[in-house]
Amino acid sequence: MSRNPLVREVPPTTWYFRQPRYLRYMSREITSIFVGAYCVLLVVGLQRLSQGQAAWEAFLLALKSADSIVFHVLALAAAVYHAATWFNATQKAMPVQIGEDFVPGNVISGAHYVAWMVLSVAILYLAGVF
Amino acid sequence: MKERTVQLEVLRYNPDTDTEAHFQRYEVVCQEEWVVLDALNKVKADIDPTLNYRWSCHMAVCGSCGMMINGEPKLSCHAFLRDYEGVIRVEPLAHFPIERDLVTAPDDFMEKLKRVKPYVIPKEKKPISEGEYKQTPAQLMKFRQYSMCINCMLCYAACPQYGLTPKFIGPAALTLAHRYNLDSRDGGRKERQEVVATHEGVWECTFVGACSEVCPAHVDPASALQQMKITSSIDWIVEHLIPGGKS
Amino acid sequence: MAKSHKPVVWFPFAAGGTVIAFFIPVIVLLTFLAALGHVPAGLSYERMHAFAGNGLGKLIVFGVVALSLWSSAHRLRCTCYDFGLRADTLAATVLYVAAIAGSIASAVFLLRI
Repeated sequence: MSRNPLVREVPPTTWYFRQPRYLRYMSREITSIFVGAYCVLLVVGLQRLSQGQAAWEAFLLALKSADSIVFHVLALAAAVYHAATWFNATQKAMPVQIGEDFVPGNVISGAHYVAWMVLSVAILYLAGVF
Repeated sequence: MKERTVQLEVLRYNPDTDTEAHFQRYEVVCQEEWVVLDALNKVKADIDPTLNYRWSCHMAVCGSCGMMINGEPKLSCHAFLRDYEGVIRVEPLAHFPIERDLVTAPDDFMEKLKRVKPYVIPKEKKPISEGEYKQTPAQLMKFRQYSMCINCMLCYAACPQYGLTPKFIGPAALTLAHRYNLDSRDGGRKERQEVVATHEGVWECTFVGACSEVCPAHVDPASALQQMKITSSIDWIVEHLIPGGKS
Repeated sequence: MAKSHKPVVWFPFAAGGTVIAFFIPVIVLLTFLAALGHVPAGLSYERMHAFAGNGLGKLIVFGVVALSLWSSAHRLRCTCYDFGLRADTLAATVLYVAAIAGSIASAVFLLRI
């Protein structure tokens, strides 16, 4: 009996619709579009800052458009989603063994969440938000 | 015991006559507590003896009966009918060529498994008279989880990167490389890096994480690959950026 | 099969991913407040200029911007492939060059402050 195996191609542009977990993965990857775009905004902000007070204040004023608000909502959601997926992954990339046992993964991720919160609150405080 | 009539939609492929695979519907009277494999056995025994599939232990140990059940890679001996409603769609493992019906060709995985040298390569060989290679419980725990692999290939069926780029060494084989790299008795990491640290090795992985979600033995291949990316990166820095570090 | 040079692009991606996770959400929040009309006191010209004016401030800003840009570019490269774009070398070149250009621009702007 000769072999005649049937090879099935994976559709290269639509494969991520096959399982919900692939869509979750793609949404994680797509955060990079918004984070990347936001970084470009940061570079522009640095340019305005280097051009003096008038340019910087015009930059802050330009942020108040409706488009900018929508963009900020998307960028914030993307950045927070990225952060959550990243901290959840730390326990896999960097497990910690003490004696025989491994530190439970949620302790490692939890420590990252706590550090994230402390750092964020500190930055908000330094920036004079409260 | 409660009976339930289950509709199975099974992908069929006959290599002698078919050019395409097609679904065939079976109506099977099952016991409520059965698994999908029991339903397939009932089909084979009572309805259609031409149906082909692999199985052996019926207890999630041998890793033979992996299939796609409603699109999810599963051991069919571990897929309980009570968890499914309506028609249950049974297909051969994704990303592997279909040999016949639900039987896939595992040749690619077997070849990759060999390439990562999944066995202890002793740091220094010693005669039996010198006794065994000893290991502390902590040293054992370091790799124990990764040694639980049953080679069922569900992780390959789950990994989209393997599906898109078949030359990728893939989750289970790379994880076994990691398992032996972490073994205190082993000195073979450098040899395995020749496969692990290539484009086809860990660098094809984008950390989808599907492998770990479907693994019936809770091996967590995604974690092994992430750890190997870090150690391979450290290797690269030592080899290229530190004077005299080139090995 | 030779060993891959992927660590060159992956290491800064991993570092940048960590930087994005820790810093970008709160920075977005700050400019979001400004977008909503509540400009935080820390975003005033004087305080921003003072922060980006000292060496440590410059280093922090540059590190955050450059690593975040690189990390986003690298992930976007993988995403292009995942969406079916097989011209990986082209995507990689365009995105990495853009990230490097953005980083150089940031450095130039920071040095002018």
